[in-house]
Formats: sequence, C-alpha cells, structure tokens
Amino acid sequence: MAILDINGVSLSFGGLKVVDGLDLHVNEGEIVSVIGPNGAGKTTLFNLITGIYRPDEGDITLDDQSIVGLQPHVISQRGVSRTFQTLRLFLNMSVKENVMAAAYGHTRAGVFRSMLRTPGMRREEREIERLAQERLAFFGKRLMGYRWDQPAYSLSYANRRRLEIARATATNPRILLLDEPAAGMNPSETHEITELIGELRTEGGYTILVIEHDMHVVEGISDRVVALDHGVKIAEGSFDAVATNAKVVEAYLGLQTAATK
Amino acid sequence: MSDSTPHGSHVPAEGPAVGQDEWVARHAEQRFMPGGPLGALEDRIRRVPWWAWLILFLAAASTLPVFEHSGYVRYVAFSTVLYMLLALGLNVVVGWGGLLDLGYVAFYGIGAYAYAMLDSDKFGIHLPTIVSVPLVVAIGAIGGFLLGLPSRRLTGDYLAIVTLFFLQLFQTITTNGDAAFGHNLTGGPNGILNVDPFHLGKHDLVVQHEGIFAVSYFYVALAVFAVVFVALRFVNQSRTGRAWRSQREDPLAAEAMGMPVNWLKLLSFSFGAAVAALTGTLFAAQSASVFPLTFYFVLLIIVYTMVILGGSGSQAGVVAGAVIVSPLLELLRDPGKSRVIFFLALVGGLLLMSRRSRALGIVAIVTLAFGFAVHEILGAIDKSWIAGEHQGGFAGVTDHWVVAPAHMARWIAPTSYIGLIAAVLLVTMVRGRLRLALLVPTVYLTAFVWENVMLAKPEPARYIVLGVILIALMILRPNGLLGERRVEIV
Ligand SMILES: Nc1ncnc2c1ncn2[C@@H]1O[C@H](COP(=O)(O)OP(=O)(O)O)[C@@H](O)[C@H]1O
Ligand SMILES: [Mg+2]
Repeated sequence: MAILDINGVSLSFGGLKVVDGLDLHVNEGEIVSVIGPNGAGKTTLFNLITGIYRPDEGDITLDDQSIVGLQPHVISQRGVSRTFQTLRLFLNMSVKENVMAAAYGHTRAGVFRSMLRTPGMRREEREIERLAQERLAFFGKRLMGYRWDQPAYSLSYANRRRLEIARATATNPRILLLDEPAAGMNPSETHEITELIGELRTEGGYTILVIEHDMHVVEGISDRVVALDHGVKIAEGSFDAVATNAKVVEAYLGLQTAATK
Repeated sequence: MSDSTPHGSHVPAEGPAVGQDEWVARHAEQRFMPGGPLGALEDRIRRVPWWAWLILFLAAASTLPVFEHSGYVRYVAFSTVLYMLLALGLNVVVGWGGLLDLGYVAFYGIGAYAYAMLDSDKFGIHLPTIVSVPLVVAIGAIGGFLLGLPSRRLTGDYLAIVTLFFLQLFQTITTNGDAAFGHNLTGGPNGILNVDPFHLGKHDLVVQHEGIFAVSYFYVALAVFAVVFVALRFVNQSRTGRAWRSQREDPLAAEAMGMPVNWLKLLSFSFGAAVAALTGTLFAAQSASVFPLTFYFVLLIIVYTMVILGGSGSQAGVVAGAVIVSPLLELLRDPGKSRVIFFLALVGGLLLMSRRSRALGIVAIVTLAFGFAVHEILGAIDKSWIAGEHQGGFAGVTDHWVVAPAHMARWIAPTSYIGLIAAVLLVTMVRGRLRLALLVPTVYLTAFVWENVMLAKPEPARYIVLGVILIALMILRPNGLLGERRVEIV
C-alpha cells in the first residue's frame, strides 16, 4: 500500500524545469533512497512533498488524499516530516526545546488554558517533555543528559544532524524525509547513521524517503533506489540494479569526466 | 564525490569523554559572560526564579507610597507602571513574535478612546468598569488581529510601513473624527473630556484625593501589571511560546515542523494589542481625558527604547527598561538634575570607553585644567564671555569651568554643535596618544554645547541624552541589559 504517491509532478523555476514529470511512490514501512548528481532536483522534490513549493503539474497524495496546495504545517500534521540539507535548527533554543517545539501540531492546549495553567495543560506539557526525552534518547549517548539544556548552536555538526532527525520525529510522522543525513560526517559517524536509519524503521515504525550521496549508506539501508538527473527519473529498482544502470553511471561519470577535463 | 570515497572498516570509534559540544558551550559562555566576581554574580542572579523577582519587585514597589508622599512622585510611579505594561505588550510582538510593529501605540490609543467612549458623557454611556475593561481588551485583541490579517505575510520593512501607516490612520481618524459624516465621534483635536474613573456600582475610584494624585490608581495598575506579567509568562512557557520562538528563529523550519507561522504571528499581534488596549483604559480612567497626540511617535520611540534597552525578548528586561527610562525622562526635565545625569553619563562613558584607566586619569586632570584655563583666559579678554548664566541647580559645579557667553551670538550654537560632531568623529578615527590629546578639547566642547545649547532647550535635550545613553548601552551590551545572548549564524 503506497503511503506517498507522486504522479507526473513537474516544477519549473523561470523556464528551467527542475522536476519533470516525476512518478514516485513509497510503500508503508519502506526505505526508499533518492540519488542523483547535485542539482538533480532531489531537494526540490522534498520541498514539493512538504508543500514549500506547489507543483506546476501533477498530483501528490498521502493515503490517497491529495496534499497539493496545503500549507506546510498542515502537511506536517498529516504525518510528513523532514530534515533539511542545510541544517535549519532553532539555534538559540535549547536542544530539548527544539524537540518539544515540534510537538505543536499534535498537542492542543490553547493560549487561555496556558495562561491559566489548567491541569490538562500541565499534563500535556509533561507529555511533551517525556516525548522529547524519548526522541532524544533514540540517539543513545550522543544527545543525552547534559546536552539537553545547551543551546542548539553549541552542538557539533554531526549532533546537529542528529538533533534535526530527533526534531522531525517529534511531529509524530508516518513518513520521514531525510535530506542527506550523512553529509559532513566522518566514516564512523556515517556508519552509525546508517544503523540509525534502520532503527528508525524497525523501532520507530517510520516509513522513510532519504536523499543520500554516500553509496555505502544507500546500499546499507535501501529497499529501493530511485535515481534522478535533471529532474527526470532515470532509474528505479534495487541498489544493485540502479548502481549498475548505464544511465546512472553516465550521469555520475559524465559529471566526473566533465570535471576532470 | 563522496559516494566513491572508500571507507574501509566500520569500527565505531567511541567518542572521548569530553564531548566537543561541551567545549563549544563552555567556550560560548566564556565569550559572552564577563569573568571574575562580576560574572559569578551575574550567574547567581540569573539562577533566582522569576516569580521570586516578581514578588520582590511588587513588594518593593507597593511600599513606595509609604515613603513618598509627593503627588508628583506617585504620579510618575503610576505612569512608570503604565510604561511597564506597554513594554510587556510590545515585547510579545517584537521580542517573541519577531515582528517590527510601528503601529503599537495606536492600540494604546484605541484602548483609551474606547474606554472614553464607553464611560463618559460623550455618548452618555457609563458602563461598569468590570464590563467596559474586558470589552476594550477584546476590541484591542480583535483590532490587532485585523491589522495582522492583511500584513501577516509581510515581513520586515513592509510590515513596519504598514503598521506605521496604521498609526497615522489612527491619528487622522481621531483628529478628524469630530466631523465624521456629520457626527462628532472622537472630539477631534480636543479629545474626549470628563471620562469616568474606574467604578464599581456606585463607588468611584477617585482620581484625585484632596487635589493630589490618588494612590489607588498606582495599586490598581500594579495589580494589572502583575496579572499581565504572569499570564504572558505562562503563555511563553507553553507550546505557543515555543512556537513563537521557533518561528522567530526560522519560519520555514517552524512551518515544516507543524507550526502555523501566520497564525502565530497574528496571535502575537493580537496579544500585544490587547495589552496596549488594557493599559489605555488605565490611562483614560486616571487622566479623565484623551487626546490624539498622546498616542504618537514620541511615545512609540519611548516604548521601543525601553524594550531595546532592557533586552527585547526578556520580560524582566523590558520591565527594567521601563523602570529606568520613565523616571529618567522625568529627571531630565529639570536642568539641574539633567546636568548631573549628563556629566555622570559623560564620565561613565569615558571610563567604559578606555580600559587604560591611568591614561584616562591624565586626560581627566588635563581636561579640568584646560577648562579652568580657557575660562580664565577668555574671562580676562572679555568679561561677557563668561558672564552667561548657568541654568538650573548644581550650576556651581560648572560655574568656573565651562565658558558661558552672556549673549549667544547666532553663530555660536550651530558652529559649536557641528564642531562637536567633527571632533567626535575625529576621536574615533585616530589612535593612541593623539586620541587622548584630542579627547581633552572634545570633552570640553561637549560640556560647552551641553551648558549653552542643550540646556537652553530642555525638551529636545532630554531625548538626546536618552539617545546617547541608549547608543552607549548598545555598544556595551548589544542584547540589552537583560536580553538573551543570541547567535545568528554559526
Ligand atoms: N528557489 C529556487 N529558485 C530557483 N532555482 C532553484 C530554486 N531551488 C532550487 N533551484 C534549482 O533547482 C535545481 C535543483 O536543485 P536541488 O533540488 O536543490 O538539487 P539537489 O538534487 O542537489 O538537491 C538546481 O539547479 C537549483 O539551482
Ligand atoms: Mg539537495
């Protein structure tokens, strides 16, 4: 059963077709990787799914309901969450608050209840706090304890990536979109994140669509791989099939030869 | 490309006990916190819970009328509380919502006018206070919401202009409202007079007791302040507060994490407007009259100064800003006190500017000698140069030091003023000994301009002094007195 279904979606920026007639579906419980050279339109695809851009053509459905034209926060509340390639944490807020803030969509206490601090509101606050601790604990020692009250800007690069994932899971999503989660990480951290993405599915129960450049990560996690180039899907299938696909090799090699020339 | 980078064995390297993050946090703390006993004290003070501060403050404030019997001082205390309320409201919009709202004081005006219309002979309506005040607050909240509606997508400069236009619109409507479609709605420039005081049943909360300010209004305002402070605090500590801070940090990320950014902005607008309107009722009931020009640029600038000076985003900060600025503006009305504040600020500024206290000590002595010398020499040449009168109290301090011409020739004021600006610019451009040498005539010229030009026009002078203090403080503490330290890009 496809949770997310993208049908013939296109988007242009001033005449330049960045995503071109793209079809893509993600089934419940799947981990799908999107690969492709820089500028292929991968991040734009995420922006289309999360409602930051509206497609020129085509339809995007979540559980068979169109989400085109909905505001990003509504799409988030329907169960789509994401991380950003260029980290977008709330830098001056504490680590724990970053995660707690993301619980906004599925909590209810209004301003009047907050002003009066009703028992219901306080109970909800405790639940939000527990949720944040639980989501941070997912990363083992990495984001534990003393780090919770630090401002997010004091985190290392790798920990910021982890915090972004923790924050994304706090919206209680069904599908997680991870944009280059291993970018800028060293080999051992990359290995760690590979395992973590697997755990996000097995323990967290999330369906995952991930953009990744590191082929070891892609090989390690993917049920299915989709390759994009110039906004067009050029290959789809198992990792081995896509990695050896002539068009994919050309898209990467073409870039490499162009660079070496 | 990273995908072709081979990385051999996947041995998870266990991180060292001292995490990198801890180091960064400590480093940041060291950078922002003053070290030594001062830093330790600041750290201690930051640890005291907010409600303890609030209770302490309220207790101290409520004893003021016990020691101070002057109606004037009590009235200044009352209006300081009004400023505190205004600063708290603006803090919601600017500090938490992150919106530059230049129409804020219009809502204060709307609150005052609405109360005046609902409780005066103007239309013969005299609603009980417990009905009219909540009604006015609702009007303010709805008004803020409506102003937010068209401007919510506007950010930054555009929002500033739209809200500024709104303030102007409020002015236009109130000043011309005496002939709106043939009806006199607002009283025009003459405003609305004989506004009722707060009243419960048949009991009026009298404004004046035996001709002087009745202290009951001070207590009512203080109680309103306490309620508003706590209510806003609680909102800020809820999911709404977190969402406000999130959207201020990064609206796109907040939106993607399920927070309705536009709604949150409207909410902060609405909250700010409601607080301003509530404060307006206090003002109207106490002063028994409302005029359009009360709610205009000067007030806007003062409230913004309080918020920025105290530290936008921090409730305690903006209250501190109001508590400092409001009495300061009163003190600056008096030339004598104004002189003391000015010279204290001058000396303090010089002390803070330089860490080499010995060099500065020499400058101070040389400047003093320089002043007496100039005074004597000019006096010897022509008596009229020093025959001018130093206005206000404490004049004896500067009598024999600053030159004061008996007749200010028309060229003196602009020349000395422009000369001062040039001298200050020059001082900032040069370094070392030359700077110290230049400081002597510059300081003296500053004193000359102050005594002869500024004090002659105390009304603009007090805003200039306030501006200078604000600039100095912004250099020393860019986030305001109690503002949160913020990192924009890391
Ligand atoms: N907001 C935008 N305006 C104009 N061009 C854009 C915008 N966002 C992305 N692009 C362009 O779209 C193309 C695809 O970008 P992106 O989706 O970020 O690629 P990637 O596959 O590396 O994530 C690039 O050529 C980029 O310059
Ligand atoms: Mg990208």
